Formats: sequence, C-alpha cells, structure tokens
Amino acid sequence: MIEHLPVLQIIVPMIAAPLCVLLRRRLLVLGFAILACWITFGLSVALLDQVLTNGVVRYEMGGWAAPWGIEYRVDLLSAFVLLLVSGIGAIVLTFAPRSLSDEVPVSRHYLFCSVYLLCLTGLLGIAITGDLFNVFVFLEISALSSYALIAMGGRRQALPAAFQYLVMGTIGATFILIGIGLMYMMTGTLNMEDMATRLAAVDGVRTGLVAFGFFTVGVALKMALFPLHVWLPNAYTYAPSVVTAFLAATATKVSVYILLRFVFGVFGVEFAFERLGLTTILLPLSLAGIVVASTVAIYQRNIKRMLAYSSVAQIGYMVLGISFATATGLTAGIVHLFNHALIKGGLFMAMGCVMLRLKSVDIDDMAGIGRKMPFTMAAWAVGGLGLIGVPVTAGFISKWYLIRGALELNWWPVAVLVLLSSLLALVYVWRVIETAFFKEPSERAQTATEAPLSMLIPTWVLIGASIFFGLMTSRSAGIAQQAAEALLRGSP
Amino acid sequence: MTDHTILRVVTKLLIPFVLLFALYVQFHGDYGPGGGFQAGVIFAAGFVVYGLIFGLAEVRRVAPARVVEIFIAAGLLIFAGTGVVTMLKGGNFLEYGALNPAHPAEGQHLGILIIELGVGITVAAVMIAIYSAFAGRGRA
Repeated sequence: MIEHLPVLQIIVPMIAAPLCVLLRRRLLVLGFAILACWITFGLSVALLDQVLTNGVVRYEMGGWAAPWGIEYRVDLLSAFVLLLVSGIGAIVLTFAPRSLSDEVPVSRHYLFCSVYLLCLTGLLGIAITGDLFNVFVFLEISALSSYALIAMGGRRQALPAAFQYLVMGTIGATFILIGIGLMYMMTGTLNMEDMATRLAAVDGVRTGLVAFGFFTVGVALKMALFPLHVWLPNAYTYAPSVVTAFLAATATKVSVYILLRFVFGVFGVEFAFERLGLTTILLPLSLAGIVVASTVAIYQRNIKRMLAYSSVAQIGYMVLGISFATATGLTAGIVHLFNHALIKGGLFMAMGCVMLRLKSVDIDDMAGIGRKMPFTMAAWAVGGLGLIGVPVTAGFISKWYLIRGALELNWWPVAVLVLLSSLLALVYVWRVIETAFFKEPSERAQTATEAPLSMLIPTWVLIGASIFFGLMTSRSAGIAQQAAEALLRGSP
Repeated sequence: MTDHTILRVVTKLLIPFVLLFALYVQFHGDYGPGGGFQAGVIFAAGFVVYGLIFGLAEVRRVAPARVVEIFIAAGLLIFAGTGVVTMLKGGNFLEYGALNPAHPAEGQHLGILIIELGVGITVAAVMIAIYSAFAGRGRA
C-alpha cells in the first residue's frame, strides 16, 4: 500500500466528499469528515517521511508513464505544503462544529463538509501533481468550492463577496490556462519536469515570454499580491469564521507554491530573474503591498477585515523573499508561507470564538473582551505577537531569514522597510490587545463567556504550533532551506 | 401551459426518445463521438423540457431534490470507486488494465465504460439540480 501513498493523499478527501452527501445526518457527517481529514493528515506525514528518507516519490496515474500520462511527483517542497494544508484542514474542521451551528444553517452542514473536503482535495492536488494542466484542474476544484464556502456566510454581503472573488478568480484562472496553453503549444508537453528540459530548445521565442507573463499575472491574482488583492478583504470578512480560517491559512499559500514551482521549476531561476528581471516587478509590488496593506489594516474597525489586510501584507513578505532569488530569500519565503499559515489560521480561529460569543467582530464590541474570554484573547495576543515577528514566535524566524537575505544582497533599504513594517503590524495588533484587555467591557462583552473547549483547544494547537516552530526550527526552516536549495538547483 | 395541447402531446412523445438517445450517446461513446458528459446533458435536457411544459413541480415529483443529490454523489463515487478497485486488483489508480489481467484491453474497455457511466450520472443530476435551482428561485 505504501507505493499508493501519493494518490491516497488525494482520493481520501475526494471520496469522502460525496459520501458526506450520502450520509447526510449532521453528526454522522461531521464525525466522518473530521476523521477523513485526520487520515489525510496522517498520509501527508507518512509521505513527508518517505520523501525525507528516499527522496522524490513518483506515482503514475492509470499506469501511464510520465511525460504522456499524469504523474504525481512529491519532492520536499510538495510534501511540506501537503503537510501544511492537510494539517490546517484537519485542525480547522475539528474546530468547526460549534462555530458552524452558529453561522451556517444546520440543514446545510452536510453540504458544507462535502464542499470543504473538495476544497481540500483541490488544494492538495495542486501541491502534489507534476502535470501543469492537472494543476489548473485542481486549482478550479479548490476555487469553485471556495466560492461556495464563502457564499455560505450568514450575512447578505457574503454573496457579493463570493461573486467578486468568483469574477477575479476566474480571470486569474483564465490567465493561468492561457499561459499553460501557450507553453503546451511551444513544448508539446504538460509534464513540468519534461517541459523544463524542452524549454531550452525553444529559448527566446516570444510565445514563452507571453506564456510566462500570463501565468505569473494569473497566479499573482490568485495569491492576492498587491495590487491584485481587491477580492480578498471582502471574501475573508464575510465568509463563515471556519472558512476564513481555512482559506486564509491555505488557499493563498498554495498559490505561492504554484508561483515557486512555475518560476523556479519550469522556467528556471536564470531565465526568470537574470534575463527577465522578475525582481524588478516582484520587489516593488511586494514592498508596496507590505506597507500599504499594513497601513490600511490599522484603520479597520472590523477585525476580520483587519486580519485580511494583514494577510495581503504577509503575502508581500513571502513574495519579497522569493524576489531575492537567493537561497536565504527563498527559505524566508517558504518558511513564512508555513509560519504565517499557522499564525493566521490561529488568529482567525480566535476570531471565530469571538464571533460565537459576541455575534460581532467589530473593535468597539470587543472592548473588555479579554476579561470575559481570557483564553481566547490570550491566543489572539500570542498570534498577534507572531504577526509582528517578536522573538520566540514563528513570525520572528521568517523575518530573521528575510532580513538576513536582504543584507546578504546589501539591500539595506529593504531590510529597514521590513523592520519598519513590523512597527505597522505592532500598531494594528496592539490596538486590538489594548481594546480587549484594558477597556471597560462593551454592552455585548458584558454577557460574553469563554468559548467552548471544542473550539479553544484547536485554536491553541495552532497558536502553540506557531510558538513551537519559533523555537524548534529544524523541522520548518530546515526543510524550507533544503526545498529552497533544490528549487535553485532547478529541479522542477 | 394547460391549453397548449400540441406542445404537451409532442413533448410527451419526444421525451422517451430524448432519454433513449442520451443512453445511445452514453454507451456508444466507446466507438463514436459521445460519452458521459454529452449523454448526461442530453438526458437532463429531457427533464428540462418536461419542466418547461409541465412545470417545475412535476419535475420535482419525478426527481426529488434529495434523489438528484444522491445521484450527483453516486456518479462521482462510481468514478473514484473504479479507481479504487483497480488499486485493489494490483494496478495503479485508474489503471483499467488491472480489471481484467488476462486481457488488459478488455479491462480498459470495461473501465472506461464504467467511469463514463459515473460521469453521465453526475452530469445529468447536476444539470437537473441547476435547472431546478434557477427555476425555483423565489419559491421554496
């Protein structure tokens, strides 16, 4: 069975999704879906273990050999992203039942679980496949299901938010598909590894440049790189808390993974950075994103929206690391992808606890909530420190690599900007902490009680993990470093 | 449309042939143009015509929402289940040859026939679900 690990990773959630529809009974479905998510997580742990001991794991779909058939190809970066996505998927769904009964009509819970599992399937599929067209298919699976998930939000604004995301997401996906089509036209293959070797033969053809442009812009839209982030704040604000926590921690991260795989794996660092000068585009955009989005976050009254803008800024950090195109920079990008997923997932889950008790996530209503819900807000505070990048938290590790990467290149202004932007994060995080802990309880906060354990424990697991990976970096930054070196060597 | 006798009679006459043609496209897909997706759409078209002439309530009596939902899930399960069976028989996921180790070519025929059936069922059910979701907007 061990040789089937890569495909099991995908088909366990994929088969569980329709089974949820057949089971239908709420408790049965929730229990079953949570079980399926944890099995998926277990499989990704086994897969990472295999990659660490034996190197790249391959799987031929339907027994068709690689350049012709669809091949699943798991290297260190894939396994790392798979572990992250499936882990977040399992923890967030464990957190979900109580929050869901408050925010989504009970009659839809079985559909929610089904769509959630499909979204998980899509995100995992993107990370595991070695076939470029397959990436697009899984991208659409995850995107379509995330539109449905967002639209389940209780407020009326959830529908326009989902629709806006649908329009933007479809434009992004179309650009990606055009890019893939042009690449296929040039090389006659869809297998990424094969494509990377064949690209050398058609070097300098304009079609390649156009394909590169379309693909990069499409992915930038999907991962909400400033200024293509417009869909993100509304989508995160109005989606159910559970969905926000899941998507914020996984969807944009997987898009960053696609960018890495495509730029470094298929086109190679020499083409993209030395000849095309991708840095001159990515660097200013990511810096602008960091500064602008962090500043906008400071002025938000709705804390979910504030965290959404903070996410846009954090994507900026990841892309900034990638734009260095050095081993340290890439490590920073990859490790921040991991660390930020833990931090932001934990923060949005804490917001889910607040939403459950207050029925609001406005900063005015959150006044004094720290006294009523100490464990929830303590988790929020620790997560917030991670966002700022305080030592001991995972966020510090990312920033440390990022600044080290900038200094290696002697880009002092960039390092200074990263430090200054941390001060912006300090402002928006402190604003919430001050309101929650030092102000008199608001009307809503007076009657609030601590969130139930079924939600607190998963929240603390993620927040605890963000501390754990701030102290024990061998598993996160260590793997990220190896993955970054492999990417720079140009293996797809 | 109670007074449009011609429409009602012609529709009733046509629908069996529409459904039959859908089955033809489904199972002839191995040899000619066709396959699960097209067949599913044609099959659902039969229901849509029925709904346009006789009303949504009648369609829902034939195909209740819950039944349609079950078929959506069942089609996907047939497809993925075929893959699991090939794995249990010692092949890779969706390696149809493993269905009939003595004659791999026959196994491939069988495998494709089954997964196309799964596609057809899901597509038809999704089409009916979309139609009744749009037509039923504003009603319960």
